[in-house]
Amino acid sequence: MATLELRNVNKSYGNGLPDTLKSIELSIDSGEFLILVGPSGCGKSTLMNCIAGLEQISGGAILVDDADISGMSPKDRDIAMVFQSYALYPTMNVRDNIAFGLKMRKMPAAAIDEEVARVAKLLQIEHLLTRKPGQLSGGQQQRVAMGRALARRPKIYLFDEPLSNLDAKLRVEMRTEIKLMHQRLKTTTVYVTHDQIEAMTLGDKVAVMKDGLIQQFGTPQQIYNDPANLFVASFIGSPPMNFIPLRLQRKDGRLLALLDSGQARCELPLGFNVPGLEDREVILGIRPEQIALAPAHANGLPSIRAEVQITEPTGPDLLVFVTLNQTKVCCRLAPDVPTQVGDTLTLQFDPARVLLFDAASGERLGVVAPVQEGKDNVAQFKGR
Amino acid sequence: MTSSLVPRSLSFSRLAIYSTLILACALYLIPLIVMLLTSFKSPEDIRTGNLLSWPEVITSIGWIKAWETVGGYFWNSVKITVPAVVISTLLGALNGYVLSMWRFRGSQLFFGLLLFGCFLPFQTVLLPASFTLGKLGLASTTTGLVLVHIVYGLAFTTLFFRNYYCSVPQALVSAARLDGAGFFTIFGRILLPMSVPIIMVCLIWQFTQIWNDFLFGVVFASGDAQPITVALNNLVNTSTGVKEYNVDMAAAMIAGLPTLLVYVLAGKYFLRGLTAGAVKG
Amino acid sequence: MSTVATLNKASPLDALQRWLPKLVLAPSMLIVLVGFYGYILWTFVLSFTNSSFMPSYKWVGFAQYARLMDNDRWWVASKNLLLFGGMFIAISLVVGVLLAVLLDQRIRREGFIRTIYLYPMALSMIVTGTAWKWLLNPGLGLDKMLRDWGWEGFRLDWLVDPDRVVYCLVIAAVWQASGFVMALFLAGLRSVDQSIIRAAQVDGASLPSIYLRIVLPSLRPVFFSALMILAHIAIKSFDLVAAMTAGGPGYASDLPAMFMYSFTFSRGQMGLGSASAILMLGAILSILVPYLYSELRNKRHD
Repeated sequence: MATLELRNVNKSYGNGLPDTLKSIELSIDSGEFLILVGPSGCGKSTLMNCIAGLEQISGGAILVDDADISGMSPKDRDIAMVFQSYALYPTMNVRDNIAFGLKMRKMPAAAIDEEVARVAKLLQIEHLLTRKPGQLSGGQQQRVAMGRALARRPKIYLFDEPLSNLDAKLRVEMRTEIKLMHQRLKTTTVYVTHDQIEAMTLGDKVAVMKDGLIQQFGTPQQIYNDPANLFVASFIGSPPMNFIPLRLQRKDGRLLALLDSGQARCELPLGFNVPGLEDREVILGIRPEQIALAPAHANGLPSIRAEVQITEPTGPDLLVFVTLNQTKVCCRLAPDVPTQVGDTLTLQFDPARVLLFDAASGERLGVVAPVQEGKDNVAQFKGR
Repeated sequence: MTSSLVPRSLSFSRLAIYSTLILACALYLIPLIVMLLTSFKSPEDIRTGNLLSWPEVITSIGWIKAWETVGGYFWNSVKITVPAVVISTLLGALNGYVLSMWRFRGSQLFFGLLLFGCFLPFQTVLLPASFTLGKLGLASTTTGLVLVHIVYGLAFTTLFFRNYYCSVPQALVSAARLDGAGFFTIFGRILLPMSVPIIMVCLIWQFTQIWNDFLFGVVFASGDAQPITVALNNLVNTSTGVKEYNVDMAAAMIAGLPTLLVYVLAGKYFLRGLTAGAVKG
Repeated sequence: MSTVATLNKASPLDALQRWLPKLVLAPSMLIVLVGFYGYILWTFVLSFTNSSFMPSYKWVGFAQYARLMDNDRWWVASKNLLLFGGMFIAISLVVGVLLAVLLDQRIRREGFIRTIYLYPMALSMIVTGTAWKWLLNPGLGLDKMLRDWGWEGFRLDWLVDPDRVVYCLVIAAVWQASGFVMALFLAGLRSVDQSIIRAAQVDGASLPSIYLRIVLPSLRPVFFSALMILAHIAIKSFDLVAAMTAGGPGYASDLPAMFMYSFTFSRGQMGLGSASAILMLGAILSILVPYLYSELRNKRHD
């Protein structure tokens, strides 16, 4: 149990290469589950290696329980790590794999046996203890790798994309198990992934990274509902948020976004009023589930008629693609909506949930409408 | 690529293929057969018969004489080969471990410089090396040859281990470091136990290279310190007395048997050494 | 920034751990710098001196190289290297590729046959030379055997024929190395993607044309590796000449490696010997540098 704080952490490999990590500032409380998420090459794994001490930081400080550990060697940091490739020692059996770290720490043999037994029971791998890693399935190797980390009872766990080598079904199972394990043990955890579903489901806090910079740091809900910029908005969410480039207008003192489906036009009044946004190239962001079928009786929300171009039933949802402002837009509808390609649907949007981004910089524009205000709307809006 | 398109019936082309392959086998085997036959013949038998004629009387006099002449040098070769093979393999393993798992600024450059050693024509280092051995008082000793073989075997042994360890996930070392293991513990407890195949490849490669060496042997050793290849060459190319071909052939067999034996017993590793060396050098 | 408890103090043991990789590599670095590059430089310096039986450091500029260029024996050795190297490489490649392709046709006892083709590679060149010297012995070797077998007019005295003695070296060297080429190519053939061959079959290509047009061209890298190794063996060839001909008759079968040895160590002309060694290095580099350059360029393309 420990707090973890990163202060202005920098990592550079010199030789005129761009810095791998730029002024990373993060802080999590004891027992929290932090997710580092981002595309490959964003620096998330480097950051994790720096926390583990496998790489030296070029500047800043890494604090565990308010003590700077950035100069310590990995073995003294009391941090355990689960690797993407599991990194099980191939010539040792499962028992020795789990016991290795304890032996290195000169724990008495009896205590080691006890600890191995505890971990094996916890992870239900008692029957595998005499096997070599090569004789285990991917899921079993994953458990052993976790067991090796658990046996050490470290202050902090690091997970480096631990599920990416598993098949889809096993991945979902193990995800749940990791979450259960964390709820039970309450050990501070840092978890690196490029999978935004893992990021949303596992984390207490999420740090979205790109190009060595933290784009946004917050709870999964903040990241999802209130993304700081175009990158975060596009990275989190599946199917991804729709981005419609357009020009804003001002009418009767209100900001309007003009949508055009080819068949019809719609003036979408925005939920906020910031001067200076009119006549600018902006990008309107709207998540697929925030586009709904308009009910038979008018409810005051703006709507637009559009032609269905593709339908993709996914089981729980029906994804319908229409064209707005020459951009393909995905709408997530209830699976029983009777529609097919060529039909015209009347769609409506909740202006309060629409996001605006600067077309050039990708930064968020305007003030965010607080989520609570639109709650009633959203419930109704889901329209199922 | 094993072609699945070849008809399995014994067509004319199948017959041609098999006869070519068997003929080739004969051509590769004839020198060995001739050596064996000749080594067991008497000198008169050699003059009256021909290369492939069966000995009139099988006699081991050639082998006995050969052993009397080159036997001592055979043990020289053993004394040179065993320590040189073991030490150069160990050094190569450590170097490969550092160059793959503990890279530092300049280590890649060093590897490049070392790699060139695989191609180095030894003629360019013979003179300075012999001066150095002289200064060290190791001229014309088996110890001096051990040293030379270690130094100039390093390029290949390092290459073998470095390439092998490059295919081992770095995460293994990271995991062990977090588990609290140090540099040598990781090497001894985790990497060495998984290196058995490459250790075999390296040992066999070094063994054949050093056992078969002639250049270093003839330049750096004289008299009693000579390895068997040099002794064999002296025996065969001596211009005094009557040529005893049965002795020559028996001596050649004695010089060739250790490596042949290794090849027959561990051909798999021998081939892997050759091709691993071929990838980069 | 608030004050922070500092745990930065690394223990001496930790500092040692951090230095260990460098310490472990240090002896080898020293060996490489001195034993490889230092010695090459030393030989290079010697080649500009008038060293004879003992090294002397009296600078004579390019005089030794000029003497080398005037030396008839050096030219014979160089021409022999071209002839020997060219034939040895070409024949070994042809034989090796042919055997590999034939062995790739689902041959019964393939492993056994492969073992036979490759065993000469395990032998010392001295042993190979001794064996072939005997086989090619004029009067008692193949010469006599074929006459015994009824080929009355057969004559094989190349070993003592100054114009043909190099062919003897070629025969022995091919015998030793062609099995290795076979092994390289067989491994290459086994790694060719089966689906490419299936596709060609579907397109109606015949087996020989599949090999010639598709399979073998895809083995270009193997070809170049084999070429490199064979050229390297050829340039360094010393033991084979020593055992088979000792450079003779006269110096008709001399190779640069033999030349270097006899001038440096038997005739006490260290300066000249060093100059010849440096030219040998130059020959290796002139093959190696383009090869490595193309290798690196290909890697970048990947």
